[in-house]
Amino acid sequence: MYQYDQHDQAMVDARVAEFRGQVARRLSGELTEDQFKPLRLKNGLYLQLHAYMLRVAVPYGTLNSQQMRTLGDIADKYDRGYGHFTTRQNIQFNWIKLSDTPEILEELAKVQLHAIQTSGNCIRNTTADHFAGAAADEVADPRPYAELLRQWSTFHPEFDYLPRKFKVAIIASETDRAAMRLHDIGIQIVKNEAGEIGCKFFAGGGMGRTPMIAPCIAEFVPALQMISFLEAALRVYNRHGRRDNKYKARIKILVHEIGVAEYRRQVEEEFAHILTLGLEPPPAELERIKAMFGDPGLEAGLSDDLDLTDPDFALWVDQNVDAHKQPGYAIVTVSLKPVGGIPGDASADQIRLLADLARDHSLDELRVTHAQNIVLPHVKKADLYGLWQTLEAAGLATPNLDLITDIIACPGLDYCALANARSIPLAQKITDRFADIGRQRDLGELKVKISGCINACGHHHAGHIGVLGVDRKGVENYQLSFGGAESADTSLGTITGPGFTEDGVVDAIEKATELYLARREEGERFLDTYRRIGMAPFKEAIYG
Amino acid sequence: MSETKIAVITGNELRTGDVIWWTGEGWSRHVDEAAAVDHDADGIIARENAKQVVTDTHVIDAFRGEDGTVRPAHIKDRIRALGPTVRLDLSLKPADPAAGNWVI
Repeated sequence: MYQYDQHDQAMVDARVAEFRGQVARRLSGELTEDQFKPLRLKNGLYLQLHAYMLRVAVPYGTLNSQQMRTLGDIADKYDRGYGHFTTRQNIQFNWIKLSDTPEILEELAKVQLHAIQTSGNCIRNTTADHFAGAAADEVADPRPYAELLRQWSTFHPEFDYLPRKFKVAIIASETDRAAMRLHDIGIQIVKNEAGEIGCKFFAGGGMGRTPMIAPCIAEFVPALQMISFLEAALRVYNRHGRRDNKYKARIKILVHEIGVAEYRRQVEEEFAHILTLGLEPPPAELERIKAMFGDPGLEAGLSDDLDLTDPDFALWVDQNVDAHKQPGYAIVTVSLKPVGGIPGDASADQIRLLADLARDHSLDELRVTHAQNIVLPHVKKADLYGLWQTLEAAGLATPNLDLITDIIACPGLDYCALANARSIPLAQKITDRFADIGRQRDLGELKVKISGCINACGHHHAGHIGVLGVDRKGVENYQLSFGGAESADTSLGTITGPGFTEDGVVDAIEKATELYLARREEGERFLDTYRRIGMAPFKEAIYG
Repeated sequence: MSETKIAVITGNELRTGDVIWWTGEGWSRHVDEAAAVDHDADGIIARENAKQVVTDTHVIDAFRGEDGTVRPAHIKDRIRALGPTVRLDLSLKPADPAAGNWVI
């Protein structure tokens, strides 16, 4: 994993000291709220429905055990004993006191974490494939590129006041585990026929009120020109992106309005100019970063044998454990979606336990997934049974990865000042309805995603089943959509028709699953059946 | 039970972020202690903001029941007044398992 050098640490420490002074001036009345608000937002501090909320960046979703333990300690010491892992691979604390914030940021800085650029119209925390460095199908570990991107984008003066927020995702395999094409810019690390590593760029994706799938704007940019190309892509957006209407300010609107060909032409022109300026970081810097993402200490020659005689363990392995690139190892996804639970929430004790398990069984690494789960990326198969027993005792062994109860849900109206409807209670009702694990597994892969407003933090556009909460004259109402997907087969969901009450939408989902079971063909997921037979029979099932 | 439509002032305590309600004399964490305001609302907000102990002050619609209880008109404000319905243990009514019904 990347370790801060003295420059990284000095920058973060300086920001903590600066914010400490700003908080003091706000509390003394020297700064008004109008003056202070943009400063606190630059440090990830929002004022939400019940209290201040601090959003802490998890760089490309990667944490070590010390960082994870610190997050658990902060949850205990400064919050109310829990944290919320988000669809942006970050963690949010919901009950923060303004007066405590400088101390929290100082504790985060000590373990090389911060909340910088987790808000505002700037380049946000880069997200990445949560199996990076462990997946067998990647052409390279995308995290060194993500780290280079982090360093480039942090405090980048030209891109500190973009027309709107800007999100970048990076992957390095054909299997997209990061919803890459639903980001402002998506980067896929690829290898060309000559065996050279480069970047395939996508631009203008996003969710929100105008969901769009990013088109490809460059098939292959040499890896050592990645930053220059990003600089060009951002510069064109910064120059032409609309600032008069926040709903039309994202890059997706620009790319859509001028057309991908014209956007690509302008980026290529700018790119050619930037290459003459020598802005690209020296190759040695990328090599320095890569060296820190080398072999985490994987042992060779380990056995792949696994005793699956315990049926509950076998079930969990089948559902939540993925193949690792190294024989004898496995990738474990710890579900934060127990039946009736709050998607993405983990108690301080659970967070610290996961830190300990990462230290003892996963070469000190964890990942936060955009699906609000936690990954232990490097677990010896020989350790899996003991690990599972520990997780089971802590309520962390729910075997439901990618099943109907593995629901993405934004905080919704229970916490979020922007929300129109609650998301979490609906997620809880769906998991209660489909609690039986046999029923879940019979339904197979079925990704349900719930957003409490059109900002789509719950990725509802990309749900096989998506739910959007809306406000109908002060009453919560839920729009249902089918057919969204976020992987290599990215697609946007289609609204079924009139909305439902909270109970009504659960019934409708159940009817849709019954139709799927009746109509599916061999090997088809819910999504596949929907794509084959179309919306009409589903509409008839849920409204008829 | 008949209800009277009123306007009340809410905001957040600057230091803690806690949701608070203007009582006519000061600030309370309990919506039932909120005072009805009228044309004087802007003046109260300006005066209280100047003290730099509250933030995000604004007026919302609510209903006062015959028993004196205050129920904000919009669900968002009712959830603000109670706390998260999915963590009633962290709400202002942790001992009432049915408290969440109040917001619906």
